[in-house]
Amino acid sequence: MDKSCASAAEAVACIPDGATVMIGGFGGSGGPIELIHALIDKGAKNLTVINNNAGNGDVGLAAMIREDMVSKLICSFPKSKDPRAFTERYLDGKIELELVPQGTLAERIRAGGAGIPAFYTPTSYGTDLAKGKPVGEFDGRSYVQERWLKADFALVKGELGDPMGNMTYRLAARNFNPLMCMAARHTIAQVTKLVPAGGIDPEQVITPGIFVNSIVEIANPQQEEVLNREGAVYP
Amino acid sequence: MTDFAEIKLSNAQIAWRAAQDIEDGAYVNLGIGFPEMVAQYQVEGREAIYHTENGVLNFGAAPAEGEEDWDLINAGKKAITLKDGAAFFHHADSFAMVRGGHLDVAILGAFQVAQNGDLANWSTGKGVPAVGGAMDLVHGAKRVAVVTDHVTKKGDPKLVAECTMPLTGVGCVTRVYTSLAVIDIEDGHFVLREKLPQISLEELQAVTGGELKVQGTVADLIVPTL
Repeated sequence: MDKSCASAAEAVACIPDGATVMIGGFGGSGGPIELIHALIDKGAKNLTVINNNAGNGDVGLAAMIREDMVSKLICSFPKSKDPRAFTERYLDGKIELELVPQGTLAERIRAGGAGIPAFYTPTSYGTDLAKGKPVGEFDGRSYVQERWLKADFALVKGELGDPMGNMTYRLAARNFNPLMCMAARHTIAQVTKLVPAGGIDPEQVITPGIFVNSIVEIANPQQEEVLNREGAVYP
Repeated sequence: MTDFAEIKLSNAQIAWRAAQDIEDGAYVNLGIGFPEMVAQYQVEGREAIYHTENGVLNFGAAPAEGEEDWDLINAGKKAITLKDGAAFFHHADSFAMVRGGHLDVAILGAFQVAQNGDLANWSTGKGVPAVGGAMDLVHGAKRVAVVTDHVTKKGDPKLVAECTMPLTGVGCVTRVYTSLAVIDIEDGHFVLREKLPQISLEELQAVTGGELKVQGTVADLIVPTL
Protein backbone atom coordinates (compact mmCIF):
# COMPACT_ATOMS: atom_id res chain seq x y z
CA MET A 1 0.00 0.00 0.00
CA ASP A 2 1.32 3.45 -0.88
CA LYS A 3 -0.76 6.55 -0.04
CA SER A 4 2.15 8.90 -0.55
CA CYS A 5 1.78 11.78 -2.93
CA ALA A 6 4.57 13.66 -4.73
CA SER A 7 3.46 17.19 -3.90
CA ALA A 8 0.95 19.29 -1.95
CA ALA A 9 -0.50 20.48 -5.27
CA GLU A 10 -1.16 16.89 -6.37
CA ALA A 11 -2.65 16.04 -2.96
CA VAL A 12 -5.26 18.84 -2.98
CA ALA A 13 -6.12 18.69 -6.72
CA CYS A 14 -9.24 16.62 -5.92
CA ILE A 15 -10.93 19.32 -3.76
CA PRO A 16 -13.83 20.83 -5.75
CA ASP A 17 -15.87 24.02 -5.32
CA GLY A 18 -18.52 23.70 -2.64
CA ALA A 19 -16.65 21.09 -0.60
CA THR A 20 -16.70 20.90 3.20
CA VAL A 21 -13.10 20.95 4.41
CA MET A 22 -11.80 20.36 7.92
CA ILE A 23 -8.47 22.03 8.58
CA GLY A 24 -6.40 20.94 11.60
CA GLY A 25 -4.59 23.23 13.99
CA PHE A 26 -5.20 25.50 16.94
CA GLY A 27 -4.08 29.06 16.40
CA GLY A 28 -0.65 28.79 14.78
CA SER A 29 0.06 25.28 16.11
CA GLY A 30 -0.59 22.28 13.87
CA GLY A 31 -2.03 24.02 10.84
CA PRO A 32 -1.10 22.41 7.48
CA ILE A 33 0.15 25.64 5.92
CA GLU A 34 1.62 24.10 2.74
CA LEU A 35 -1.60 22.17 2.00
CA ILE A 36 -3.69 25.31 2.56
CA HIS A 37 -1.43 27.34 0.29
CA ALA A 38 -1.59 24.63 -2.37
CA LEU A 39 -5.38 24.84 -2.19
CA ILE A 40 -5.17 28.63 -2.61
CA ASP A 41 -2.94 28.09 -5.68
CA LYS A 42 -5.42 25.61 -7.14
CA GLY A 43 -8.39 27.79 -6.27
CA ALA A 44 -11.77 26.60 -5.01
CA LYS A 45 -14.92 28.55 -4.22
CA ASN A 46 -17.85 28.32 -1.86
CA LEU A 47 -16.05 26.10 0.65
CA THR A 48 -17.38 25.31 4.11
CA VAL A 49 -14.36 25.25 6.43
CA ILE A 50 -14.20 23.68 9.88
CA ASN A 51 -11.33 24.92 12.05
CA ASN A 52 -11.01 26.06 15.66
CA ASN A 53 -10.26 29.62 14.57
CA ALA A 54 -10.76 31.96 11.61
CA GLY A 55 -7.18 32.54 10.62
CA ASN A 56 -4.60 35.11 11.64
CA GLY A 57 -2.77 37.66 9.50
CA ASP A 58 -2.32 37.11 5.77
CA VAL A 59 -1.34 33.44 5.48
CA GLY A 60 -3.03 30.04 5.83
CA LEU A 61 -6.76 30.06 6.55
CA ALA A 62 -6.83 33.88 6.76
CA ALA A 63 -5.46 34.02 3.20
CA MET A 64 -8.11 31.52 2.02
CA ILE A 65 -10.79 33.76 3.51
CA ARG A 66 -9.21 36.87 2.02
CA GLU A 67 -9.27 35.16 -1.41
CA ASP A 68 -13.05 34.68 -0.92
CA MET A 69 -12.79 30.90 -1.08
CA VAL A 70 -14.84 30.34 2.09
CA SER A 71 -18.60 30.91 2.27
CA LYS A 72 -19.16 29.33 5.69
CA LEU A 73 -16.94 28.80 8.71
CA ILE A 74 -17.64 26.46 11.61
CA CYS A 75 -15.38 27.35 14.53
CA SER A 76 -15.18 28.15 18.26
CA PHE A 77 -13.04 31.28 18.34
CA PRO A 78 -12.95 33.52 15.24
CA LYS A 79 -10.64 36.03 16.89
CA SER A 80 -6.87 36.36 16.70
CA LYS A 81 -4.16 39.01 16.78
CA ASP A 82 -5.02 39.99 13.21
CA PRO A 83 -8.47 38.65 12.27
CA ARG A 84 -9.16 41.26 9.55
CA ALA A 85 -9.89 38.83 6.70
CA PHE A 86 -12.69 37.12 8.60
CA THR A 87 -13.98 40.10 10.57
CA GLU A 88 -14.48 42.32 7.52
CA ARG A 89 -16.38 39.65 5.60
CA TYR A 90 -18.44 38.63 8.62
CA LEU A 91 -19.52 42.19 9.41
CA ASP A 92 -20.36 42.70 5.70
CA GLY A 93 -22.49 39.54 5.74
CA LYS A 94 -20.25 37.86 3.15
CA ILE A 95 -19.33 34.81 5.24
CA GLU A 96 -21.59 32.67 7.40
CA LEU A 97 -20.44 31.71 10.91
CA GLU A 98 -21.54 28.70 12.94
CA LEU A 99 -20.10 29.28 16.40
CA VAL A 100 -19.55 26.07 18.39
CA PRO A 101 -18.08 25.70 21.90
CA GLN A 102 -14.59 24.25 21.56
CA GLY A 103 -15.22 20.96 23.37
CA THR A 104 -18.48 20.48 21.50
CA LEU A 105 -16.67 21.14 18.21
CA ALA A 106 -14.07 18.48 19.09
CA GLU A 107 -16.69 15.95 20.15
CA ARG A 108 -18.91 16.59 17.10
CA ILE A 109 -15.90 15.87 14.88
CA ARG A 110 -15.00 12.78 16.93
CA ALA A 111 -18.62 11.60 16.71
CA GLY A 112 -18.59 12.16 12.95
CA GLY A 113 -15.55 9.94 12.66
CA ALA A 114 -16.92 7.34 15.05
CA GLY A 115 -20.35 6.92 13.45
CA ILE A 116 -22.29 8.48 16.34
CA PRO A 117 -24.97 10.77 14.83
CA ALA A 118 -25.75 12.71 18.02
CA PHE A 119 -24.80 12.95 21.67
CA TYR A 120 -25.74 14.93 24.78
CA THR A 121 -23.43 17.40 26.50
CA PRO A 122 -23.86 19.76 29.47
CA THR A 123 -21.98 22.43 27.51
CA SER A 124 -24.07 25.43 26.40
CA TYR A 125 -27.21 24.36 28.30
CA GLY A 126 -29.27 27.46 29.08
CA THR A 127 -27.24 29.68 26.73
CA ASP A 128 -27.85 31.30 23.34
CA LEU A 129 -25.76 28.58 21.65
CA ALA A 130 -28.26 25.90 22.72
CA LYS A 131 -31.24 27.64 21.11
CA GLY A 132 -33.32 25.29 18.97
CA LYS A 133 -31.47 22.16 20.10
CA PRO A 134 -33.22 19.28 21.87
CA VAL A 135 -32.59 19.05 25.62
CA GLY A 136 -32.61 15.81 27.60
CA GLU A 137 -32.49 15.14 31.33
CA PHE A 138 -30.21 12.42 32.61
CA ASP A 139 -29.83 11.64 36.32
CA GLY A 140 -31.45 14.96 37.21
CA ARG A 141 -29.24 17.17 35.06
CA SER A 142 -30.02 18.83 31.72
CA TYR A 143 -27.98 18.23 28.59
CA VAL A 144 -28.04 19.60 25.05
CA GLN A 145 -28.21 17.33 22.02
CA GLU A 146 -25.46 17.95 19.48
CA ARG A 147 -25.00 16.34 16.08
CA TRP A 148 -21.99 14.81 14.44
CA LEU A 149 -19.83 16.81 12.10
CA LYS A 150 -18.36 15.24 8.97
CA ALA A 151 -16.49 16.62 6.00
CA ASP A 152 -15.63 15.79 2.42
CA PHE A 153 -11.94 16.51 3.03
CA ALA A 154 -9.56 17.05 5.93
CA LEU A 155 -6.23 18.83 5.65
CA VAL A 156 -3.97 17.88 8.56
CA LYS A 157 -0.36 18.18 9.65
CA GLY A 158 1.70 15.46 11.29
CA GLU A 159 5.32 14.93 12.21
CA LEU A 160 6.22 11.41 11.05
CA GLY A 161 4.20 9.53 8.49
CA ASP A 162 4.53 6.34 6.50
CA PRO A 163 3.05 5.23 3.14
CA MET A 164 0.32 3.32 5.03
CA GLY A 165 -0.91 6.68 6.41
CA ASN A 166 0.21 6.06 9.99
CA MET A 167 1.13 9.31 11.73
CA THR A 168 2.62 10.95 14.79
CA TYR A 169 2.35 14.59 15.84
CA ARG A 170 4.72 17.17 17.23
CA LEU A 171 4.17 18.74 20.69
CA ALA A 172 0.81 20.52 21.02
CA ALA A 173 0.36 20.55 17.22
CA ARG A 174 -1.78 17.41 17.67
CA ASN A 175 -4.96 19.25 18.83
CA PHE A 176 -7.80 18.71 16.28
CA ASN A 177 -5.71 16.85 13.69
CA PRO A 178 -6.33 13.21 14.78
CA LEU A 179 -10.09 13.86 15.12
CA MET A 180 -10.37 15.44 11.68
CA CYS A 181 -8.50 12.49 10.11
CA MET A 182 -11.38 10.30 11.29
CA ALA A 183 -14.25 12.56 10.26
CA ALA A 184 -13.49 13.26 6.61
CA ARG A 185 -14.30 11.10 3.61
CA HIS A 186 -10.84 11.90 2.20
CA THR A 187 -8.02 12.93 4.55
CA ILE A 188 -4.91 14.58 3.16
CA ALA A 189 -1.93 14.76 5.51
CA GLN A 190 1.34 16.62 5.28
CA VAL A 191 4.16 15.25 7.41
CA THR A 192 7.60 16.61 8.13
CA LYS A 193 9.20 13.25 7.45
CA LEU A 194 7.86 10.36 5.43
CA VAL A 195 9.48 7.09 6.55
CA PRO A 196 9.10 3.60 5.06
CA ALA A 197 6.41 1.31 6.48
CA GLY A 198 7.88 -0.06 9.69
CA GLY A 199 9.72 3.21 10.30
CA ILE A 200 7.29 4.27 13.03
CA ASP A 201 7.13 2.14 16.17
CA PRO A 202 3.50 0.85 16.14
CA GLU A 203 3.26 1.74 19.83
CA GLN A 204 3.93 5.38 18.97
CA VAL A 205 1.35 5.71 16.16
CA ILE A 206 -1.29 8.31 17.09
CA THR A 207 -3.37 8.25 13.89
CA PRO A 208 -3.62 4.76 12.36
CA GLY A 209 -3.36 4.80 8.57
CA ILE A 210 -6.97 3.66 8.04
CA PHE A 211 -8.03 7.27 8.69
CA VAL A 212 -5.67 8.77 6.10
CA ASN A 213 -6.08 8.70 2.30
CA SER A 214 -3.13 10.62 1.03
CA ILE A 215 0.15 11.69 2.60
CA VAL A 216 2.79 14.10 1.39
CA GLU A 217 6.21 14.92 2.83
CA ILE A 218 6.83 18.63 3.47
CA ALA A 219 10.27 18.85 5.05
CA ASN A 220 10.86 22.01 7.14
CA PRO A 221 7.17 23.02 7.14
CA GLN A 222 6.18 26.63 7.66
CA GLN A 223 4.54 27.63 10.93
CA GLU A 224 1.69 30.14 10.96
CA GLU A 225 2.82 32.05 14.05
CA VAL A 226 6.37 32.35 12.69
CA LEU A 227 5.07 33.55 9.29
CA ASN A 228 2.87 36.14 10.97
CA ARG A 229 5.75 37.43 13.09
CA GLU A 230 7.70 37.90 9.85
CA GLY A 231 4.73 39.77 8.33
CA ALA A 232 4.37 37.17 5.56
CA VAL A 233 1.61 37.47 2.97
CA TYR A 234 0.39 34.59 0.76
CA PRO A 235 0.32 34.40 -2.18
CA MET B 1 -17.23 56.73 52.56
CA THR B 2 -14.24 54.52 51.80
CA ASP B 3 -12.47 55.21 48.50
CA PHE B 4 -12.48 51.75 46.89
CA ALA B 5 -9.99 52.75 44.19
CA GLU B 6 -7.41 53.39 46.93
CA ILE B 7 -7.75 50.09 48.74
CA LYS B 8 -9.00 47.56 46.21
CA LEU B 9 -6.78 44.59 45.36
CA SER B 10 -4.77 44.55 42.14
CA ASN B 11 -5.28 41.71 39.68
CA ALA B 12 -2.04 40.17 40.98
CA GLN B 13 -3.39 40.24 44.53
CA ILE B 14 -6.71 38.70 43.47
CA ALA B 15 -4.74 35.98 41.64
CA TRP B 16 -2.60 35.44 44.77
CA ARG B 17 -5.71 34.95 46.91
CA ALA B 18 -7.20 32.48 44.43
CA ALA B 19 -3.92 30.54 44.38
CA GLN B 20 -4.10 29.97 48.16
CA ASP B 21 -7.12 27.69 47.65
CA ILE B 22 -5.46 25.39 45.10
CA GLU B 23 -4.67 22.16 46.89
CA ASP B 24 -1.52 20.09 46.48
CA GLY B 25 -1.96 17.70 43.54
CA ALA B 26 -4.90 19.59 42.02
CA TYR B 27 -5.55 19.50 38.27
CA VAL B 28 -6.28 23.09 37.29
CA ASN B 29 -7.42 24.99 34.20
CA LEU B 30 -6.87 28.74 34.12
CA GLY B 31 -8.87 30.84 31.66
CA ILE B 32 -6.96 32.98 29.19
CA GLY B 33 -5.87 36.47 30.27
CA PHE B 34 -6.13 37.54 33.91
CA PRO B 35 -6.79 34.04 35.37
CA GLU B 36 -3.45 32.84 33.93
CA MET B 37 -1.76 35.00 36.63
CA VAL B 38 -2.89 32.53 39.31
CA ALA B 39 -0.10 30.12 38.28
CA GLN B 40 2.52 32.70 39.31
CA TYR B 41 1.40 32.54 42.94
CA GLN B 42 1.28 28.79 43.49
CA VAL B 43 1.80 28.14 47.20
CA GLU B 44 5.26 26.82 47.96
CA GLY B 45 5.33 23.13 48.77
CA ARG B 46 2.20 22.45 46.73
CA GLU B 47 2.24 21.04 43.22
CA ALA B 48 -0.64 21.88 40.89
CA ILE B 49 -0.87 20.33 37.43
CA TYR B 50 -2.09 22.82 34.84
CA HIS B 51 -4.28 21.74 31.92
CA THR B 52 -4.72 23.66 28.70
CA GLU B 53 -7.61 22.93 26.33
CA ASN B 54 -5.39 22.55 23.29
CA GLY B 55 -3.93 19.35 24.66
CA VAL B 56 -1.22 19.69 27.30
CA LEU B 57 -1.08 18.63 30.95
CA ASN B 58 1.65 19.88 33.30
CA PHE B 59 2.96 22.85 31.39
CA GLY B 60 5.10 25.55 32.97
CA ALA B 61 5.99 29.18 32.57
CA ALA B 62 6.63 31.00 29.30
CA PRO B 63 10.07 30.42 27.76
CA ALA B 64 12.59 33.23 27.45
CA GLU B 65 12.04 35.50 24.46
CA GLY B 66 13.61 33.94 21.38
CA GLU B 67 13.30 30.44 22.89
CA GLU B 68 9.66 29.94 21.86
CA ASP B 69 8.57 26.87 19.93
CA TRP B 70 5.24 27.96 18.43
CA ASP B 71 3.98 24.39 18.22
CA LEU B 72 4.01 24.46 22.04
CA ILE B 73 1.38 26.98 23.13
CA ASN B 74 -1.48 27.32 25.60
CA ALA B 75 -5.14 28.13 24.97
CA GLY B 76 -4.27 31.84 24.91
CA LYS B 77 -1.86 31.05 22.01
CA LYS B 78 1.10 31.99 24.20
CA ALA B 79 4.34 29.99 24.15
CA ILE B 80 4.77 27.65 27.14
CA THR B 81 7.32 25.18 28.46
CA LEU B 82 6.84 21.62 29.72
CA LYS B 83 7.46 20.30 33.21
CA ASP B 84 8.68 16.76 33.86
CA GLY B 85 5.70 14.45 33.60
CA ALA B 86 3.89 16.50 30.97
CA ALA B 87 1.54 14.83 28.48
CA PHE B 88 0.04 15.67 25.08
CA PHE B 89 -3.42 14.58 23.89
CA HIS B 90 -5.92 15.51 21.20
CA HIS B 91 -8.85 17.87 21.63
CA ALA B 92 -11.52 15.23 22.30
CA ASP B 93 -9.46 13.75 25.15
CA SER B 94 -8.76 17.25 26.42
CA PHE B 95 -12.45 18.07 26.72
CA ALA B 96 -13.18 14.62 28.14
CA MET B 97 -10.92 15.75 30.99
CA VAL B 98 -13.02 18.91 31.25
CA ARG B 99 -16.60 17.62 30.90
CA GLY B 100 -15.85 14.28 32.52
CA GLY B 101 -15.24 15.92 35.89
CA HIS B 102 -11.53 15.13 35.99
CA LEU B 103 -10.35 18.68 36.70
CA ASP B 104 -10.37 19.86 40.30
CA VAL B 105 -10.55 23.59 39.64
CA ALA B 106 -11.28 25.93 36.76
CA ILE B 107 -10.63 29.63 37.31
CA LEU B 108 -12.22 32.04 34.84
CA GLY B 109 -12.81 35.73 34.30
CA ALA B 110 -16.31 37.26 34.28
CA PHE B 111 -18.44 40.09 32.96
CA GLN B 112 -21.18 39.16 35.42
CA VAL B 113 -21.81 36.49 38.06
CA ALA B 114 -25.33 35.99 39.37
CA GLN B 115 -26.26 34.93 42.90
CA ASN B 116 -27.50 31.57 41.56
CA GLY B 117 -24.06 30.88 40.04
CA ASP B 118 -24.89 31.84 36.45
CA LEU B 119 -21.84 33.18 34.62
CA ALA B 120 -21.62 35.63 31.71
CA ASN B 121 -18.09 35.93 30.35
CA TRP B 122 -18.07 35.26 26.60
CA SER B 123 -20.10 37.85 24.74
CA THR B 124 -21.03 41.48 25.09
CA GLY B 125 -23.58 40.89 22.34
CA LYS B 126 -21.64 43.13 19.94
CA GLY B 127 -19.15 42.49 17.10
CA VAL B 128 -17.79 39.05 16.23
CA PRO B 129 -18.89 36.41 18.76
CA ALA B 130 -16.22 33.99 20.04
CA VAL B 131 -16.73 31.37 22.75
CA GLY B 132 -13.66 29.11 22.77
CA GLY B 133 -13.72 26.58 25.61
CA ALA B 134 -15.48 28.71 28.25
CA MET B 135 -18.87 26.98 27.97
CA ASP B 136 -17.21 23.57 28.35
CA LEU B 137 -14.98 24.56 31.26
CA VAL B 138 -17.86 25.73 33.46
CA HIS B 139 -19.46 22.29 33.31
CA GLY B 140 -16.65 20.01 34.26
CA ALA B 141 -14.39 21.10 37.05
CA LYS B 142 -15.32 20.17 40.61
CA ARG B 143 -14.87 23.83 41.59
CA VAL B 144 -15.53 26.70 39.17
CA ALA B 145 -14.10 29.92 40.54
CA VAL B 146 -14.07 33.42 39.13
CA VAL B 147 -11.45 36.16 39.54
CA THR B 148 -12.72 39.65 38.83
CA ASP B 149 -12.87 43.27 39.81
CA HIS B 150 -15.84 43.75 42.13
CA VAL B 151 -17.36 46.39 39.84
CA THR B 152 -17.09 47.38 36.17
CA LYS B 153 -14.96 50.30 34.97
CA LYS B 154 -18.13 52.41 35.21
CA GLY B 155 -18.68 51.28 38.80
CA ASP B 156 -21.61 48.95 38.13
CA PRO B 157 -21.79 45.71 40.13
CA LYS B 158 -20.38 42.59 38.43
CA LEU B 159 -22.00 40.42 41.09
CA VAL B 160 -25.67 40.67 40.22
CA ALA B 161 -29.07 39.31 41.16
CA GLU B 162 -29.53 38.09 37.56
CA CYS B 163 -27.15 38.25 34.59
CA THR B 164 -28.25 40.61 31.84
CA MET B 165 -25.46 39.61 29.44
CA PRO B 166 -25.40 36.38 27.36
CA LEU B 167 -24.79 33.39 29.65
CA THR B 168 -21.75 31.12 29.50
CA GLY B 169 -23.30 28.63 31.90
CA VAL B 170 -26.18 28.17 34.31
CA GLY B 171 -25.60 27.74 38.05
CA CYS B 172 -21.94 26.86 37.59
CA VAL B 173 -19.83 29.24 39.69
CA THR B 174 -18.98 28.15 43.24
CA ARG B 175 -16.64 30.94 44.46
CA VAL B 176 -15.77 34.49 43.39
CA TYR B 177 -12.51 36.25 44.26
CA THR B 178 -13.00 39.98 43.74
CA SER B 179 -10.96 43.10 44.32
CA LEU B 180 -12.87 43.62 47.59
CA ALA B 181 -14.05 40.24 48.87
CA VAL B 182 -14.24 36.45 48.65
CA ILE B 183 -17.78 35.25 48.12
CA ASP B 184 -19.21 31.73 47.85
CA ILE B 185 -22.35 30.85 45.97
CA GLU B 186 -24.55 28.51 47.95
CA ASP B 187 -28.20 27.60 47.38
CA GLY B 188 -28.84 30.57 45.12
CA HIS B 189 -27.18 33.18 47.37
CA PHE B 190 -23.97 35.13 47.68
CA VAL B 191 -22.36 34.13 50.98
CA LEU B 192 -19.66 36.56 52.13
CA ARG B 193 -16.55 34.74 53.42
CA GLU B 194 -13.88 37.45 53.44
CA LYS B 195 -13.79 41.20 52.87
CA LEU B 196 -11.16 43.91 52.99
CA PRO B 197 -11.11 45.06 56.63
CA GLN B 198 -11.31 48.73 55.60
CA ILE B 199 -14.78 48.26 54.06
CA SER B 200 -17.98 47.90 56.02
CA LEU B 201 -20.55 45.26 55.12
CA GLU B 202 -22.95 48.05 54.14
CA GLU B 203 -20.42 49.61 51.78
CA LEU B 204 -19.74 46.24 50.17
CA GLN B 205 -23.46 45.54 49.82
CA ALA B 206 -23.91 48.90 48.09
CA VAL B 207 -21.63 47.80 45.21
CA THR B 208 -23.03 44.24 45.01
CA GLY B 209 -26.09 43.49 42.89
CA GLY B 210 -27.48 40.61 44.95
CA GLU B 211 -27.91 40.24 48.70
CA LEU B 212 -24.73 39.32 50.59
CA LYS B 213 -25.58 36.71 53.22
CA VAL B 214 -23.41 36.30 56.26
CA GLN B 215 -23.11 32.85 57.80
CA GLY B 216 -20.78 32.78 60.80
CA THR B 217 -17.68 34.92 60.72
CA VAL B 218 -16.53 37.08 57.84
CA ALA B 219 -12.74 36.89 57.81
CA ASP B 220 -10.47 39.78 56.89
CA LEU B 221 -9.17 39.53 53.31
CA ILE B 222 -5.45 40.02 53.81
CA VAL B 223 -3.01 39.74 50.90
CA PRO B 224 0.64 40.69 50.52
CA THR B 225 1.86 43.71 48.57
CA LEU B 226 2.77 42.37 45.14
